[in-house]
Amino acid sequence: MYQRPEDRARPNRMALRIAVVGGVAAALFAVLFFRLWDLQVLEGAENLAQATNNRTRELKILAPRGKILARNGEVLVDNRTSLALQVDPSKLPKQTAARMAELKEIGELVHMSLKQVENKLEEEVKVVASGAPLTVRREVGYNLIYYIEERPGKFPGVTVERVFVRNYPNETEAAHLLGHTGQVDQEELEKGPYKGLEPGEVVGKEGVEYTYDKYLRGTPGISRYQVNALGEPTPGGQLAQTPPKPGDSLKLTINPAMQKAGEAALAERGLPGAFVSMNIHNGQILAFGSYPTYNPTVWTKPLSPKAYEQLSSEANGTPLFDRVISSLYPTGSTYKLLTALAGLENNYVTGSTVVQDNGYIELGNQKFENSEGAVNGPISLLHAFEVSSDVYFYKLGARMWNNNDLQNWSHKMGIGDPTGIDIPGQELGLVPSKKWRDELFENEETERPWSQGDDVQLATGQGDLQTDPMQMAIAYAALGNGGTIVTPHLGMEILDPAGRALKEIDPGPRRHVAIKPETRQLIMEGLHLAAQGPSGTGHPVFGEFPIPIAGKTGTAERPPNGTQSWFISLAPYPNPNIVTAVTIEHGGFGVESAAPANKQILEAYFSHQLEQEKKKEARAEGREAGGEAEAGGEETYEEVPAEAGAGAGGHP
Amino acid sequence: MYATRARQARPELFDERPTIGERLGLAQMDWVLTLSAIGLIAFSVFTLGQATLQDVPGDPHYYLNRQAIYGIVGIIGMVIVSRIDYSRFRELRVGIYTFVCVSIALVFFVGAAALGSRRSFELPLFSFQPSELAKLLLVLALAGFVIDGSRRSSPIRRTLRYLALGLFPAGMVFLQPDLGTALVLGVGTLAVMYFGGVPWTHFAVIGGTIAALIALVLVVAPALGHPVLQEYQEQRLTSFLHPSSDPAGAGYQQDQSMVAIGAGQQTGRGNQATQTRLDFVPERSTDFIFAVIGERYGFVGAAFVLSLYALLIWRALRIVTLSKNSYGILVAGGLAVELLFQVFVNVGMCLGIMPITGIPLPMMSYGGSSVLATFLAIGVLQSIHIQARLSRQGRFAW
Repeated sequence: MYQRPEDRARPNRMALRIAVVGGVAAALFAVLFFRLWDLQVLEGAENLAQATNNRTRELKILAPRGKILARNGEVLVDNRTSLALQVDPSKLPKQTAARMAELKEIGELVHMSLKQVENKLEEEVKVVASGAPLTVRREVGYNLIYYIEERPGKFPGVTVERVFVRNYPNETEAAHLLGHTGQVDQEELEKGPYKGLEPGEVVGKEGVEYTYDKYLRGTPGISRYQVNALGEPTPGGQLAQTPPKPGDSLKLTINPAMQKAGEAALAERGLPGAFVSMNIHNGQILAFGSYPTYNPTVWTKPLSPKAYEQLSSEANGTPLFDRVISSLYPTGSTYKLLTALAGLENNYVTGSTVVQDNGYIELGNQKFENSEGAVNGPISLLHAFEVSSDVYFYKLGARMWNNNDLQNWSHKMGIGDPTGIDIPGQELGLVPSKKWRDELFENEETERPWSQGDDVQLATGQGDLQTDPMQMAIAYAALGNGGTIVTPHLGMEILDPAGRALKEIDPGPRRHVAIKPETRQLIMEGLHLAAQGPSGTGHPVFGEFPIPIAGKTGTAERPPNGTQSWFISLAPYPNPNIVTAVTIEHGGFGVESAAPANKQILEAYFSHQLEQEKKKEARAEGREAGGEAEAGGEETYEEVPAEAGAGAGGHP
Repeated sequence: MYATRARQARPELFDERPTIGERLGLAQMDWVLTLSAIGLIAFSVFTLGQATLQDVPGDPHYYLNRQAIYGIVGIIGMVIVSRIDYSRFRELRVGIYTFVCVSIALVFFVGAAALGSRRSFELPLFSFQPSELAKLLLVLALAGFVIDGSRRSSPIRRTLRYLALGLFPAGMVFLQPDLGTALVLGVGTLAVMYFGGVPWTHFAVIGGTIAALIALVLVVAPALGHPVLQEYQEQRLTSFLHPSSDPAGAGYQQDQSMVAIGAGQQTGRGNQATQTRLDFVPERSTDFIFAVIGERYGFVGAAFVLSLYALLIWRALRIVTLSKNSYGILVAGGLAVELLFQVFVNVGMCLGIMPITGIPLPMMSYGGSSVLATFLAIGVLQSIHIQARLSRQGRFAW
């Protein structure tokens, strides 16, 4: 039978060929099954994690920093929002040409040349911690957000971020105590209180911003959302959101009226100086300022080297420098408080000891004179305070020269020691002592060993003494309160963002110094006479002041810087509540500049009482139908009596 | 259409009218093959329906509806073809071959461009891709030529002739450029030759030549500055060897596909699937549909689909052994190997063990031409099966 070609019986060898194909097919399917098992079962969990990681993005939502308020609730620092154009360098194109092209386009958006953009980025790289986004330009417009968001993929690594910027409604007020904020830097990330924060986070750098950072700094929120392969958020792709937690607010002990009065008093005189006013019982600081000052707004942008130079140059009076706690001044006669304390407590003198004041003392070939050659004759301690007799205290210092009593009492009262104030930047200063000078002499760092003259100088706040208004205020406060060394502090309360009190800040006293009541009473009386007694050095300023106070002028030689003018008051007398220390560089006699400035601060503190007094006076005048127009508050120093300017070494 | 030869062959004198079932040859069909094919297209429609809801705005069932229509048309086509005596195609081999070459060539002139290549005609209702149909038609024609040529000339000349006949359309498809389909046509050609009895030695030489060509194309030619492949083709072909080297490049897609499948774990993520839903895996309705299955339905679903393919190919190879004549062996063998090749390369690509070649997964990937051509090929396999069963039962003339 004929068979068509296709119908011929298949040859036997075909069986082998089919078997081979069958075997290959079985092997290939086995490979696929094993691979499937491998990916889905053996590595399934890792792949799932990878897939989850792929599709989610986390976005940090910045938390606003807490406000800083004065004790009456007045806002000293709050926030405003600002838009910043930021670049994440790790997401820029890798090829130089493409990167330059993108930077150029970014620059065009904010009217900057490529060169400016590059310079800006270079500067930023230096100041921010690695990994943080770099800010190309601050304060950009809202439309830039839309422009960039409408072009995803065109500007890789570029975002317009809403950032919180510190806002200072009162401009320069309280600049030094507030401090400032800034992005955490590399060094801070490695050690200190900011260790372990994320690069780019804004933290307090100085002042109370630094000390109370952990309260002020909020917790950023996190928004997790789902994205597609292009990194675009998918509709309804919000997965979870942890809202940002705003920082808590800080209420300060600052009394804004006194703060403003103090700053105005220094600004009026235009001379570098400082003031501090403190509650003597609990250490709450009511006013705290240094002049010249500056507007902390400068810190909201990176400070150019030129601007920094201006803020720290000697020629401009170093506005950044905090003279309340970092200065190293001699104190002049205000130091006599400590000399008297040491003398009375160690029984070198009593209140009735009379010393002959011939206008000078001679030690070897050295001659120490009263200010302006005044000769007071025989005087007791009270009178010595009133007229600020240097000779009385020279002699007292000379008697104590070899046994460290004055130095011991200085340290007991807090001079040359850490104050415990709640802002950084304090300088310890120096109370010169036999041990200190003799060591220097042994190391050949000075030409002579300790001598009686050194203690004579220290007794009147001259020579090598280095201290600051804060330490002096603490010492005066301790006298006023009977021996308690308080911890000065600016923080009063932590409030939650809604204004409810969370925590009271009260560091408590540092220690208690035993002072005999009669010693305290004697010195207080001396200080009262010095401030308001008929021949007191402070009388020209405080003689007519209706509130009784205790206070001491001081005029220190600070070659080559002229005279350092001081006035430290305790008010009201005899049971004071506040201590106020004012010092002014080149200020002339204490009574010339520091005392009037001090009075301006006290007037702010006693404003209510003073008004009452005025009304009473007006009524009395009305009854008398004509008397003197008004109690002369402001005295000018033309009328200062000759002996008023007490201090070692005459100064015209 | 009715199997005329079988009818003429009916020997009984009693006038018994055949039932519809008998007329359609349902009794002689390979039901395992049929059901696995229908199972695959059903699973495809199901998967596309779930995975592409958001793909076409305003028409969540765009892919579902179309793939379902393609599937139904394909099944009808399969039944019709299964009733044709496949031996007719041997007689039509020259016509079929000419149609294949002309239709592919025409694409160059009037084809619709997509993604940088011209592969299809834009017809009023759908676009038709001749190269998909060529996978079936070339096997039909070439098997005819092989049977035809088996009586004359030397083995070497015959081998060269078959190669030339097969590689001409494959080469044109490669130039479209469509590397994947060209490879399928090449493999189909070799399979037909293999079952046509071309000596093992010739295959050894062909294998060596292919290896040398690959080396030349991928290594030597680019080194000399005359690349043969488009750059994207070369990247795709080689990236699976070093998958993670460039997350943004060709290897990225494969990485994402592997992550997607792996993330499905044992039982799948269902609508929680993100890799294939959020565009991390490209071409999710076509070339990478297996990644969708792996992520949504896990090992259970993916292994089920692979099992259906294994069943399909086992039945196709079984038909090779059952075929009543050599032409049937060659056609069934060629189609079986083509199917095996496509499944392995596509699934292997999704699993990261094969290069990205752009080969769709038969009956699973979305696309009318592919679904239709595959069902027609299964119809031809059914025809071979039916004819073999009928001849066993002696219900034919000779």
